Amino acid sequence: MTMQDWIRIGLLADIPRLGARTVETSQGQVAVFRTSDDEVFALFNRCPHKGGPLSEGIVSGKVVVCPLHNWTIDLATGEATAPDEGCTRPVAARIADGQVWLELKAGLKVAHG
Amino acid sequence: MNAVPRQKLVVIGNGMAGMRTVEELLAIAPARYDITVFGAEPHPNYNRIMLSSVLAGEKEIDDIVINPLAWYDDNNITLHAGNPVLSIDPAARTVTAASGLVTPYDRLLLATGSKPLAPPIPGLDLPGTCAFRDIADVDKMIAAAGAKTRAVVIGGGLLGLEAAWGLRRRGMQVAVVHLMSTLMERQLDVEAGGLLQKDLTERGLHFFTGGQTEEIEGAGHVEQVRLADGRVIPADLVVLAIGIRPNIDLARKAGLEVNRGIVVGDDMRASDPAIYGVGECVEHRGQVFGLVAPIWEQAKVCAASLAGRDDSVYVTPALSTRLKITGIDVFSAGQLAAQDEADQELVYRDSARGIYKKLVLRDDKVVGAVMYGDVADGAWYFQLMREKADVATIRDRMIFGRAYADVSARGKGVDVAAMADDTQVCGCNGVSKGTIVKAITEKGLTSLDEVKAHTKAGSSCGQCSPVVQAILAHVTGEAVEAKAAGLCGCADLSHDEVRHAIVAQGLKSMEAVRQSLGWRSKDGCAKCRPALNYYLLCAWPAEYVDHGQSRFINERVHANIQKDGTYSVVPRMWGGVTTPAELRAIADVADKHKIPTVKVTGGQRIDLLGVRKEQLPAVWADLNKAGMVSGHAYAKGLRTVKTCVGSEWCRFGTQDSTGLGIRLEKLMWGSWTPHKVKLAVSGCPRNCAEATIKDIGIICVEAGYDIVVGGNGGIELRGTDPLCRVATEDEVLEYAGAFLQIYREEARYLERTAPWVERIGVDAIRKRIVDDEAGRRAAFARFIHSQKYAQIDPWAERVQGIDAHEFKSLAEVE
Ligand code: SRM
Ligand SMILES: Cc1cc2nc3c(=O)[nH]c(=O)nc-3n(C[C@H](O)[C@H](O)[C@H](O)COP(=O)(O)OP(=O)(O)OC[C@H]3O[C@@H](n4cnc5c(N)ncnc54)[C@H](O)[C@@H]3O)c2cc1C
Ligand code: SF4
Ligand code: FES
Repeated sequence: MTMQDWIRIGLLADIPRLGARTVETSQGQVAVFRTSDDEVFALFNRCPHKGGPLSEGIVSGKVVVCPLHNWTIDLATGEATAPDEGCTRPVAARIADGQVWLELKAGLKVAHG
Repeated sequence: MNAVPRQKLVVIGNGMAGMRTVEELLAIAPARYDITVFGAEPHPNYNRIMLSSVLAGEKEIDDIVINPLAWYDDNNITLHAGNPVLSIDPAARTVTAASGLVTPYDRLLLATGSKPLAPPIPGLDLPGTCAFRDIADVDKMIAAAGAKTRAVVIGGGLLGLEAAWGLRRRGMQVAVVHLMSTLMERQLDVEAGGLLQKDLTERGLHFFTGGQTEEIEGAGHVEQVRLADGRVIPADLVVLAIGIRPNIDLARKAGLEVNRGIVVGDDMRASDPAIYGVGECVEHRGQVFGLVAPIWEQAKVCAASLAGRDDSVYVTPALSTRLKITGIDVFSAGQLAAQDEADQELVYRDSARGIYKKLVLRDDKVVGAVMYGDVADGAWYFQLMREKADVATIRDRMIFGRAYADVSARGKGVDVAAMADDTQVCGCNGVSKGTIVKAITEKGLTSLDEVKAHTKAGSSCGQCSPVVQAILAHVTGEAVEAKAAGLCGCADLSHDEVRHAIVAQGLKSMEAVRQSLGWRSKDGCAKCRPALNYYLLCAWPAEYVDHGQSRFINERVHANIQKDGTYSVVPRMWGGVTTPAELRAIADVADKHKIPTVKVTGGQRIDLLGVRKEQLPAVWADLNKAGMVSGHAYAKGLRTVKTCVGSEWCRFGTQDSTGLGIRLEKLMWGSWTPHKVKLAVSGCPRNCAEATIKDIGIICVEAGYDIVVGGNGGIELRGTDPLCRVATEDEVLEYAGAFLQIYREEARYLERTAPWVERIGVDAIRKRIVDDEAGRRAAFARFIHSQKYAQIDPWAERVQGIDAHEFKSLAEVE
């Protein structure tokens, strides 16, 4: 198993409230969401349905609605809301001093955009 | 039972009064007579009133037939159409028709209507002159309008003005010669007549008031009209509409008592007791008639008389007048002005809005009303007048209308809930609200047409149709109201309630809406947020700041997301017209950015498919450089305006459909709407641009532009409803813009025009846009205002760096 590490990916302020930004990783694109209460959540950016980019969905409360066919995905768990079934992999995320950190494989190449 | 032998009833005149009497008679004594009808015109009975609408291009002859030939058959009526009666022999009780046919009668009904007044003006018999009385006249006028340009209408009364307007609508230059100094002087006072003249002048009519026609001149065909004061007006068509006189020739020859009309008693019998008279040919207690309302009363009494009842007595009812020129509202009833000191006038005047109302009171009772511009309360004043109601307690407010005068009547417009059962809704047919409600509930009626068929309300001049519709909605509508579409699970409100509250309570942000209206979720959801964002944007175009995070991805990044997460880019191609330079630039963009697919869309433009999100700003920058902007192929907003080549190239084109399409697209691009909006302009009725399945379609015709609305070629195919015909491109822009604005303001989010029009009915829309000129202008002005904030190319903004975060990832991690 690869080493997991907390990696600083940017400023909270770089993510719009009720929106998302993406982070490119060697395992695939990760979507980092910011709620209206300034909580952050991260999910691999592939809808469990047909791989839609969840980062482009509409965020409210702690869910995002996939832009392709409107599945509703829980930001904390990555689970689709019933009646749909499926799960996308969550990534642990936290904020410290206005910076957003993700628990990923080590090595930060580029930050900020 | 022994069969009573049927008597023979002969009717002379297959017009409105005659056939209404027969209808009434069949209803009360269906087996009493064998009925034979002679008509001078070769048509079944039709609604003469509606000839004005036929002339104006709003209706076809087929639409105005009252009793089709099958009706005569079904009721065993022998009809001799196109076979006028030439003489009556009262002693032998026979009539002789032009064909030589001699027909005996037991009872004879004279319903010969009236003839146009024809003063001894030299030249009146020249080809190119006509009256405005029957289908033949209208055919002549329509033919002239198609071939000629200049018309002179002699007579500025009701009929003359309707003729003038119809010809104007058909593209002619029209001058009206009127003997008096103000128009419609018998129905309007000087002030209202002046406002009318001003409005009609703005609509392109020319007036020669105080003008006495001396001669109609021309060699073999009319060429000009000369007035007594020396003025000369060129003319290819002259329409004479200075009045009518009862058609009494037959009656006089038969030795019946005639005066101005055929003299009839209270039972509608003429001087020979076997002969009856109804309609414009009769004179009752010194009075002659020119409107259908009293004639319908006569028909009832006459039918009762013919059925052998002697208790029925005709009394002339109070009369009111309206002018059937679309968008011009005139109402008058009773006295036009105070006649002595005992009479008092209440006057309301708003010159900026062109509204004028006058009530004449005597002993605290309404004895007259003249209204211009806003006639919503006409029916109410008229009712107070007929009931001789004491108005002392509402006198200080009543000029402002029923809503203010009557505290129990709330809201704007006609409050059908508060309307008393005996309020007359249809003036032409004397149908009260109670009768309509009863028919709806007892017969389970659900459509306006059914109500018309069962009650006759709205079936003559049609002005009351909106009220009839409102009553229908009120009676049947409770269930419909209750299941008005809810917005989402976050709140218990319907779309309409939310929209209303946003405006009424001045809510200007999403937070304010959610707080004031009791949202259960802090952020709202993916359903209500786009709707609220749109509603706020529409209500406060200058103030509200768009909330990108409440928009669907396509509208947030101004491109269409595809199944693989890439985007498509569709630049605007105004009216479907492009240039070699644009095509070259699109080709260069495709090459330079390695865009995998280039496709012509179903909307007459070019789609670049498979663009990665981070490429978008660069692609847009290159398109912008070549002069192209966003085509909003992704927007709940104006998409395409499809056009055909039109008169510029096509051998059938009647107007410049391409140019008009471009003007419309330039007017409307950038606007946000409840759902996407598509237009098309076809150069002729072959309709190559498929305008009849568009949200707004324009079909060019020789005489102007037919505007059609509410079409949809998508999931559920729906053909458009006709809105109206207009004469100029500018009018197309105004009408279409007003339609779009009302749709923007009133439809529910994600409701396209097709279901919206279906839901509220095209009549309601027509009333707002076609009939209510002030309302239309105001809606158009609101649209123009909101466009000031909307017509900014979103691609150019993003090329300059707006929302840059959308097009870059936050970080790359290895
Ligand atoms: C590109 C295009 C197909 C093409 O290759 O020709 C197209 C593509 C799409 N149409 Fe369409 N429609 C296209 C012309 C039409 C037409 C034809 C027309 O406009 O004359 C219609 C029928 C006319 C109409 O709207 O009444 C049409 C009726 C629809 C509908 C059904 C709408 C309805 O009210 O029933 C949808 C679904 C929706 O909007 O909810 C839809 C939705 C879509 C979507 C947005 C589906 C989606 O959600 O991804 C497609 C976007 C693809 C993209 O990224 O560009 N498209 N679509 C056409 C773009 C025209 C343009 O230049 O902007
Ligand atoms: C353009 C126009 C607009 C109008 N608008 C309105 C309006 O908005 N509101 C309103 O209340 N009224 C309006 N009127 C008036 C209304 O149409 C008449 O009051 C109504 O038609 C009179 O009915 P009638 O049967 O007496 O006459 P008509 O409807 O004229 O019928 C008489 C018929 O008798 C026929 N006839 C005559 N002589 C003979 C004969 N010897 N043998 C056989 N047949 C004969 C005629 O050809 C005609 O068909 C309008 C009239 C016109 C022309
Ligand atoms: S018809 Fe329209 S929505 Fe359906 S696949 Fe084609 S482009 Fe897409
Ligand atoms: S891919 Fe997300 S709902 Fe279909």
